[in-house]
Amino acid sequence: MVENRRFGDILSYVILTLGVLVLAFPVYLAFVASTWDAATIANGQLPIYPGGRMAENYYRVLFQGTGSSTRQPVGVMMFNSLVMALSIAIGKILISILSAYAIVYYRFPFRMAAFWIIFVTLMLPVEVRIYPTYKVVADLGLLDSYAGLSLPLIASATGTLLFRQFFMTIPDELLEASKIDGAGPYKFFVDTVLPLSMTTIAALFVIQFIYGWNQYLWPLLITTKDNMQTIVIGIKKMITTSDALTEWQLAMTTAVLALLPPVAVVIVMQRLFVRGLVETEK
Amino acid sequence: MASVTLDTVRKVYLGGVEAVKGASLSIPDGSFTVLLGPSGCGKSTLLRMIAGLETVTSGTIRIGDRVVNDIEPSERDIAMVFQNYALYPHMSVYDNMAYGLRNRGMAKDEIERRVAEASRMLAIEEFLTRKPRALSGGQRQRVAMGRAVVRDPQVFLFDEPLSNLDAKLRVQMRLEIRRLHQRLKATSVFVTHDQVEAMTLADTVVVMSKGEIQQVGSPTDVYRKPTTTFVASFIGSPAMNLMPGRVVGRGMVEIANAGTLAFDAGQFMVGEGDQVEVGVRPEDWALFTSGEGGLAFRREFVEELGATRLVHGSAGAAPIVVAIPSGANDPETRDARLVAKAQAVHLFSSATGRTLRPA
Amino acid sequence: MEKRAIFSGQTLPYLLLLPQLAITILFFYWPASQAVWQSFLIEDAFGTSTQFVWFENYQSLLGNPEYYKAMSVTALFSTLVTVFSLSIALLLAAMADRQIRGALAFRTLLIWPYAVAPAIAGVLWLFMFQPSLGMVAQLLRRYGVDWNPLLNGNHAMTLVVMAAVWKQVSYNFLFFLAGLAAIPRSVIEAAAIDGARPWRRFWTIVFPLLSPTTFFLLVVNITYVFFETFGIIDAVTQGGPSKETTTLVYKVFSDGRLGGDLGGSAAQSVILLAMVVALTAVQFRYIERKVTY
Repeated sequence: MVENRRFGDILSYVILTLGVLVLAFPVYLAFVASTWDAATIANGQLPIYPGGRMAENYYRVLFQGTGSSTRQPVGVMMFNSLVMALSIAIGKILISILSAYAIVYYRFPFRMAAFWIIFVTLMLPVEVRIYPTYKVVADLGLLDSYAGLSLPLIASATGTLLFRQFFMTIPDELLEASKIDGAGPYKFFVDTVLPLSMTTIAALFVIQFIYGWNQYLWPLLITTKDNMQTIVIGIKKMITTSDALTEWQLAMTTAVLALLPPVAVVIVMQRLFVRGLVETEK
Repeated sequence: MASVTLDTVRKVYLGGVEAVKGASLSIPDGSFTVLLGPSGCGKSTLLRMIAGLETVTSGTIRIGDRVVNDIEPSERDIAMVFQNYALYPHMSVYDNMAYGLRNRGMAKDEIERRVAEASRMLAIEEFLTRKPRALSGGQRQRVAMGRAVVRDPQVFLFDEPLSNLDAKLRVQMRLEIRRLHQRLKATSVFVTHDQVEAMTLADTVVVMSKGEIQQVGSPTDVYRKPTTTFVASFIGSPAMNLMPGRVVGRGMVEIANAGTLAFDAGQFMVGEGDQVEVGVRPEDWALFTSGEGGLAFRREFVEELGATRLVHGSAGAAPIVVAIPSGANDPETRDARLVAKAQAVHLFSSATGRTLRPA
Repeated sequence: MEKRAIFSGQTLPYLLLLPQLAITILFFYWPASQAVWQSFLIEDAFGTSTQFVWFENYQSLLGNPEYYKAMSVTALFSTLVTVFSLSIALLLAAMADRQIRGALAFRTLLIWPYAVAPAIAGVLWLFMFQPSLGMVAQLLRRYGVDWNPLLNGNHAMTLVVMAAVWKQVSYNFLFFLAGLAAIPRSVIEAAAIDGARPWRRFWTIVFPLLSPTTFFLLVVNITYVFFETFGIIDAVTQGGPSKETTTLVYKVFSDGRLGGDLGGSAAQSVILLAMVVALTAVQFRYIERKVTY
C-alpha cells in the first residue's frame, strides 16, 4: 500500500534496530568482559569496548580452568556438552524414526496403544519427574556417565510425531512401486524413506542439538565428578554468591564459549532451524 | 507374455464397502485391454488386485496358468505405471529404471543394456542422469514407462497414467503407448475414466460401473451395441439420448406426446405394449422442417463446435441433443420433425436397463 | 489419515518400536509412577524406614503457606514473561513482516537468542545487573534507584523476568512472523480498499487472523516459564531473596535436594504433572489437527 510508506519504513527500521541492539547487548557485554582483566571488572570500571586480554582469558579458560570450585578446563566441559548434545540428537532421531516407521507402515495389535504411550510423553518434561528418574539412573549405575546424561532425555514424542507426519506425505504409490520393484521393508527404508527424510532428519538434529547442549537441571543432578560436568553447569559454578570470589572475566569467557556453538548452529543452518522449530512445535 | 484371467473376483474393504462385486474376465495374451468407468466404479481396485497391491477377498486371479492371489507383487512378473508416476524423487532417471532390476540381482551389464534400449525407445536418453523433479510431466511419464519396459514383464498395468498431463500431451502420449504396445506386443491392462483414451487404445474395452462389469467388447461393439443403458450413456459424447417409450406395433415405438420411431424389429425381442427405454445417438438423428412420422421436436438452443453443431431441444418430455455435421441440413426452425434410421434405434428394458437384443 | 500401502509383517514393527518404548517406559512411566507412589510415603530422617501415609503429604503441602507463595510467584512470573515476550515479539514481527529491505537479515539477528541456554541467559543478565559491578546496575544507582536483586524481591523478580523474556522473544517472533506470512495479502488489501488505515487494519484484520498462533504461543510460553526457566532462576537468584523467586519447579528441586523431603517433593511433582496434563488438554484441540487418530 502506498500510504505513509516512508514514515512506516523508517519506523520499522528504528524498532527492528532497537530490538537487535537490545538482544545483542548482553552478549556483547559478555564478550567485552571476556577481554579485560579481573580488577577492571571488579572495580565496576568495565569499558564499553574490548580490551587486550582476550587471548589470555580464552587460553586459560579452555586449557587450564578457573581457580574456583570447578577445576576442570572448560575444554573438557565443552567436550562433555558436545557428547551429550550429539547423543541426545542422534539417539532421538534413531529411535523415533524407527518407531514412526513401524506406526505408519504396519498394522499390528496394540499399534494405537504404542502410539499413545509415546504421544503422552510429549508435554511432560524431565523436570516433573526429576527425583524418581534420578533414582532409576542411579540404580542402573549410570550416574556420572554419558549414558546417564543422555538416555533419559532421548525419550520424547517430538521426533516420532515429526517423522510420522513426514512419512504420511510420502505418496503411497512410492511404496507400491517399490513392492513391484521387489523391495521389502528394509530396502524400502534404506533406499527410499531414509534419503527422502534427510531434510527432516537435519532439521530435527539442529533442534535437538540445541536442546541437548542447553540442558541444565538434569546434568546438574546426575553429575558429581568435575570431569563429567557440562559447560552450562560449569559456568554456574563459577559464579559464587560472594562477588569477591567470582572471576567475572573468566565466567564471561566461559559464557561466550557456551553460547557460541548453539548460536552458530542456528545462524549457519538457519533454514533447517526454522523448519525444525516450526515443525516440532508439538 | 501371458494372459490374465479373473474368476468371480471380489473385493470387500474393511469397512464393508464392496468395491468389486464378482468380476470375471479373460484378457488374452498380447491384447490391450482398457478398464473404463467413472471414478469409484472399481476399475482401479481391480487393476491393483492384478498387481498384488490389494488382497483378493474371494475368487481367483491367474497370470498365465499361475494363480497369483497370494504372490507378492514383485513375483508376479508385472510392471505398473502409476497416475502420479511414483518415480523415486531422490534417484536419477537411470537409477529409477535400474532399481527393480538390481533388486532382482540382475547382472550389471544386462541392466545397462536394458536401460539403454528402453531409454532409446522412449527418447529419454539425454535425461538419464537427471532427477525426476528436473523433468517435465511428459518426460516423467516416459521415465515411468521406461521403468516398466526394462522389466520385460508378462503384463503391463497402467493406472490412469495420462490424467496428470495437459490435453495436448495426453493425445501425444496416447499414441506413444499405442506404438509401444505394437512394438512389444505385451499384454496390457489400462485403467481410465476417459472414453476417448479407451476407444483409441483398446483392443477390448471393459466398461465398469458400481463394482460390476457392464460390458466387454471391442470399441465398436460398446459404441454400436451397448448392452446396458449405463454403457449407452457413458460412451459417446455427447451422450446417447435416452427416453421412455412404449412398443406400439411391429418395429414401432411411441414416445409420449412426441410421436413414434421405427426400429429394426429383427434385432430386439419385444412384444406390443412393452415399456422400454429408447436410445438414439445424437449423430443418428436427422431434422426436417415438415412431414409426417418421427418425433415432434422443439428447438431450444445451439452449441457451435466447429465440425458439428449441437442442437438442444425436447421431444415430449424428453430432452434431446441432435448433432449435425457442419454443412449438413439444419432447418433452424423452432419446431421440426426428428427422425432416426431404424438401425440406429436402441431398445433397453425399462426394468433392468439391459439391452433387449437377444444374447 | 492412514496409509493405504503398508507392509504385512507382525514381528518387525514391535522390534522397531522396542527402543523407544523401552526408554520411554524406563525413564518416563516408571519414574512417574514412582513419583505418585512416593507422594504417599514419608521417609524418616535417616532414610531407613518409610511409612505409607495416604494423602498426608498433600495435606501438609496444601496447608503450607510457602506452597501458596510458590504458586503466586509462578503465576506472577508466568504472566509477566508471557505478556512481555509476546507483545515485544509481535511488535518486532509486525515490523519485520513489512516489505522492507534487509528483512531477512533482521530475522537472523533476532532469532539467535533462542539458542542460548536459559542458565547462560541468566548469567549474562546477572552480570549486567550485578549490584556492585554490573554496568546497568551502576547506571540505575546513579539515577537514584537502590538496585539490589540480592535483597529486594521485586528487583530479583524483575531480573529473572528480563532474562526469561530476552530468551523467549526470538521464539515467539519466529512463530508470529510465520503466522503473519500466512495471512493472505489480498485480505489486507481488501481492508485497505475498505478504508482501514494501517493501525486499524492491524487490530481489526491481522490480529484476529493471528489468534491461533497467539493462542498456541500462549500455551507454549506458559510451559516454558514453568519448566525451562529453572536454569535462569538457579543461576540468577537461587529462588531468593526469601523465596521471592521460588517457582513451583524450583521448589520441587530445592525441597527434594536441599531439604531431603522426597515425599513432599513427589507430591509437588504430581500436582505439577496434573497441571501440565491440564495444559496439554487445552492445547490438544490444536494438536488434533495434526494427530488425526
